[in-house]
Amino acid sequence: METPILETVCISKKYKNTDYYAVKPLDLRVEKKEIVGFLGPNGAGKTTLISMLSGVLKPTDGKVLIQGLEFKNNKQEIQKKLGIVPQEYALYPSLTALENLNYFGAMYGLKTKDLKTKIEYFLTEMGLIDFRNKKIKTFSGGMKRRVNLIAGILHNPQLLYLDEPTVGVDVQSKQVILDQLHKLNALGTTIIYTSHHMVEAQEFCTKVIIIDTGTIIAKGTPSDLISSIPSANTLEEVYLKHTGLKLRDHV
Amino acid sequence: MYKLLQATYKEFLLLKRDFGGLIILFVMPLILVVAVTLIQNSTFQQINETKIPVLLVDNDGGELSKSIATNLEKNGALELLTKIDGQLLNEKKAKELVLEGLYQMALVLPKDLSFNLAQKVNQNVSKIMTEFGLDEQEEKQDTTLLFEKQKIKIIFDPATQLAYKNGVRSSIDKMISKIETAAIYTAFQEAIGAEDDFFNVEEMIVISEVNPMGELKEVKPDAVQHNVPAWTLFAIFFIILPLSITIVKEKNQGTFVRLKSFPTRPSTLLGGKIIVYLAISLLQFTAILLVGLFLFPYIGLPAFNVSGSYLLLYLMALFIGLAAIGFGILIGTVASTTEQAAPFGATSVVILAAIGGVWVPTFLMPETMQVFAKLTPMNWGLSGFYDVILRNGSLLDILPELSYLTLFFIILTAIAIRYDKKKNEI
Repeated sequence: METPILETVCISKKYKNTDYYAVKPLDLRVEKKEIVGFLGPNGAGKTTLISMLSGVLKPTDGKVLIQGLEFKNNKQEIQKKLGIVPQEYALYPSLTALENLNYFGAMYGLKTKDLKTKIEYFLTEMGLIDFRNKKIKTFSGGMKRRVNLIAGILHNPQLLYLDEPTVGVDVQSKQVILDQLHKLNALGTTIIYTSHHMVEAQEFCTKVIIIDTGTIIAKGTPSDLISSIPSANTLEEVYLKHTGLKLRDHV
Repeated sequence: MYKLLQATYKEFLLLKRDFGGLIILFVMPLILVVAVTLIQNSTFQQINETKIPVLLVDNDGGELSKSIATNLEKNGALELLTKIDGQLLNEKKAKELVLEGLYQMALVLPKDLSFNLAQKVNQNVSKIMTEFGLDEQEEKQDTTLLFEKQKIKIIFDPATQLAYKNGVRSSIDKMISKIETAAIYTAFQEAIGAEDDFFNVEEMIVISEVNPMGELKEVKPDAVQHNVPAWTLFAIFFIILPLSITIVKEKNQGTFVRLKSFPTRPSTLLGGKIIVYLAISLLQFTAILLVGLFLFPYIGLPAFNVSGSYLLLYLMALFIGLAAIGFGILIGTVASTTEQAAPFGATSVVILAAIGGVWVPTFLMPETMQVFAKLTPMNWGLSGFYDVILRNGSLLDILPELSYLTLFFIILTAIAIRYDKKKNEI
């Protein structure tokens, strides 16, 4: 059996000095080229889970394996394989799109010539080439999201984490972002993403994992999940069936 | 190395585009050093050139009070006023005027001061003459009279600074001693029937300030010699502000999360910041140095003069920059918002400057504060600067200061890294 691109063994995250688990012990297995969507209400533990899977946050217990390697002893080697697109616009507003991408690409170890080619390619693909020398702070939300995505994929990651990559963008920008992700996936990149857009997740993901209160409550392909509930016709109905209508506000 | 260069370039761009930050780093310190030096220098000149009006209440009206008045006026710094609105001053009026803050001080000479002093001196001289068998008039007749101590009162405006008070008191003390000595000589001259210039009354002991560096190039400490290093320190420490704000912004913008996911050592990411801000420290020092060397003489200030090596001065500036960077990294790591980082950074620089002796020399501080002062990076920096500027210090002389500053950087950066790690454990 081929080594999965991502495997977790009983990982959990407990808030310090409390009994509250942001993520309860869970096992995951993601195969190469899958597009996995983590769906769940606010505060369900999606961002914490992605932070642990990407090595940004240390789990309280358990281990994360990327292509069979553990972060503990292979952090830099693993990080080269990973791409991260955070929920916030993780860009420097006073720098231009080109300056931002030059910096992020260089930090992934891309050399000048290769970096220049890749930046030009992605800026063109994302419709931003004419704005490359404009400062990020002058960009619209959709443009920032696209640059945010480019910054995470410049080094052709084998595993890409996206935390709500299409939130707050117009339909056009969303389409460009999803098209680009499909292209990357076709070239071999495994994608793990979080979203609150059920229609988007139904169309985009090959596998969906519904998370609530730090635990996995359902998983499968979108069609399997829909057929598992006789009254459901859409992923949103499945989602609501599992998570209910209760608001999850907490401070 | 490639990553470090890119990280440095990014930090350079961020700072270059931060206009407010650049103003804080370069323009404000230059304005500060020029303004403070001009004020201090002109205050010093004013003290020398402007006469301070002093109220004189003369209840004596004798020779001694005339002598005191003449000597005080000869001093050149004081203008004696015995009448206000055409009326002779009394002690009550003088007190009122000083208390109202209209005059800085008043001098009250007691009644019969001249007479009592003359009597006392004559009595003592007469005793000596009799003791030596030189008094031809009455032998062995006890003429001892008891004299009360004569009190000259000085009334100061409560707002008068202690240093000024002490200076005036010491000058008046010295003057009174001289007048008393002269009275004794005069009494002796009269007693032995000598001519007026029989005794050589010129001071035999004079005070001469000698440069402790001997024959080496002499640097006379003045406002410039003190202000250039002091405000350079202040300026360098102000890099805490843009540095900590950059770190806070990185955390809040989400770029910090991305930075953490890079296959890049944290030392490389931090290295970019350290290199840029160290370069800023040296540029700030160069700017202030150039102002001291070339602008000051044009605006009527003494030029900045250094007895030691410029290379060592730059070395000091570099290590002071390192200490400031350590502090900036810690503040940026601990603060959650720029609203926390900016005021805390600015206030802590002012506090460090006050404790470190930038404003008041440490030797004038209470003992406890002197101990605290010796634990501050500003004090190490100032001490190292003075070693080079005023004492012709060598690398060996400033080595302790350089070591303390480095240690300060290492400890604070380590605390910041540890804190960040702990915080991310949730």
